[in-house]
Amino acid sequence: MSRTWGFTQAVDLAEAHDQMTAMMPIPLPPVPTTQRAGPVQVRATIMKVRTAGAYREFTVHAPGVVPGAQPGQFVTLGVGGESSALLLRRAFALSGVDGDAVSVVVAAHGAGTRWVFERGPGDVLDLVGPLGRPFPAPSPGAAALLVAGGYGAAPFVGLAQRLTAAGHPVAAVLGASTAERLYAAQELAPLTQVLVVTTEDGSAGRTGRVTDVLPDLLPGASVVYACGPMPMLRAVAAQAAARGLRCHVSVEEAMACGIGVCMTCVLPVVGADGTSRFLRSCVDGPVFDAASVRFDDIGRLPDDVQGASAMLTTR
Amino acid sequence: MPTADSRLGAVLDVDMRTRLGGTTIPSPVLTASGCAAAGRELDPFLDLTALGAVVTKSVQLRARSGRPTPRMAETPSGMLNSIGLQGPGIVGFLNEDLPWLAARGVRAMVSIAGGAVEEYAELASRLRGACGMVALEVNISCPNVESRGEVFACDPAAAHAVLAAVRTADPGVPVYAKLSPDVTDIASVATACVDGGADGISAINTLLGLVIDTDTLRPVLSAVTGGLSGPAIRPVALRCVWQIHRALPETPILGMGGITNGAEALQFVVAGASAVSVGTAVFGNPSAPERISRELAELLARNGFARFSDAIGFAHRSAGPTDGHGPGT
Repeated sequence: MSRTWGFTQAVDLAEAHDQMTAMMPIPLPPVPTTQRAGPVQVRATIMKVRTAGAYREFTVHAPGVVPGAQPGQFVTLGVGGESSALLLRRAFALSGVDGDAVSVVVAAHGAGTRWVFERGPGDVLDLVGPLGRPFPAPSPGAAALLVAGGYGAAPFVGLAQRLTAAGHPVAAVLGASTAERLYAAQELAPLTQVLVVTTEDGSAGRTGRVTDVLPDLLPGASVVYACGPMPMLRAVAAQAAARGLRCHVSVEEAMACGIGVCMTCVLPVVGADGTSRFLRSCVDGPVFDAASVRFDDIGRLPDDVQGASAMLTTR
Repeated sequence: MPTADSRLGAVLDVDMRTRLGGTTIPSPVLTASGCAAAGRELDPFLDLTALGAVVTKSVQLRARSGRPTPRMAETPSGMLNSIGLQGPGIVGFLNEDLPWLAARGVRAMVSIAGGAVEEYAELASRLRGACGMVALEVNISCPNVESRGEVFACDPAAAHAVLAAVRTADPGVPVYAKLSPDVTDIASVATACVDGGADGISAINTLLGLVIDTDTLRPVLSAVTGGLSGPAIRPVALRCVWQIHRALPETPILGMGGITNGAEALQFVVAGASAVSVGTAVFGNPSAPERISRELAELLARNGFARFSDAIGFAHRSAGPTDGHGPGT
């Protein structure tokens, strides 16, 4: 690895803390309350492919998707081509929008994502979006801490742009197993007062995990946004909760359809009424208030989830 | 080979109307239960009113949480699911889902499921006369229940009992029994359902399947087994439709199982289906039913059929001089 991450080195956490807490609150412009445009299905032509460490960012011409698209939302892509044995769409967080173009970050995990990974400029993708609920705006002037694991940083460039434009102090922690699995460190540098990078193998930034540096950064934050693997979200949510901080998490659950019809991507979430329900991460999320997510019960059927008792009845 | 223009003209000429029991519907292409929720989520992607009907996700008396995750595993040309019939229960369905469809003029074929004969009967009476409902699909074959012994569609006598109870609860509505392919003789189950009072047969539901994760050496699905759907099951589904039509040539069949294009839909039609449902294909392409509908009309025209209904069961007829029911030359 010969990549340099100059700006990520030697961030002084004490100084970072001071910087964040010293920020003057600036009022946030009114949050747009207009109804979001619904999702569309388009044939999207790949305009540009950019390699970013282990990932590739695809910028595609996708007319109709951009109006209403907000950071935290995602799109789905059909994979494998017309005669493919892969039937299900793959979901990707929006990493940017510009005119009629949208960008997504792709990690080649399996056959479907590898197929996307290998597409090039001029290739056409079947794209549906924007989907899901975006990150909510924080209260006026709130200092925001963004915490990402790997390509979980994808939605944070757009979010950081919005937050800084609205006068919010922004800090970010990017973590990954190794340097090449970090994402958006360069893009986030000019958008953040503080940027801390962690890698588990020490190949960039501080050796360790994002949660190791949170105790130093959370005191300066008023709101936390997190996107990454579920165990990371759970750990970040716990630390935020311990300090009484609002935390928004963007979850990555396995989806089959991405539009709310298949009921695959559910997780137990406590509603405002105190009732827990299996909510679909595609349409009710992927962004949830961390305090409402029952992380310990993901993959289980707690007795108090609405409708759980009906699962026990036999004739 | 016709030109694009003449083919379009021919498409417009094909009468695509068909019947769902006693009800005439403008298109033979429907969604499949469990693959379209209650329709609303598909609204941005296609004209729901142009479908033959939206077949809603099976509703039960009580709200159900469904099973824990993981609920899905992608398989070659298919997928395995064990959702466990997550849904609002009949009250929520009647208060919110069905009115939404009715208000937009979307025809609803309402799928019902239960754990006992009386539950099916109660569901049918609660739904009786409901605005927007054009037919009932009685799901007696969901594989994601606690015990295989509870799959009514695996036992002709149990299947008969459920259909008879539903028929009594609502003598007027078109009733289809949805069958499982996981039986020795699907035609005998279909016959039992028709004897019980079913107007038609929906075939097929998913096949029971299993996938194991080779990292954990444990089943992928929390429920261990799940229902297999998608193109992988299409030949099985087609065989079932063929056998049911052979046994019950007068009984309308809603055929389904891995249909992703018009040619595949046509296979079901000529095997005996008088309408088709598009299920798993919707997960991969939410506008698929619209395209399949268009392709089917195009293929019928190209094969010389003036009416969709003339193609139903065509593959069963002996080859020979034209009997006046297409295809022409």
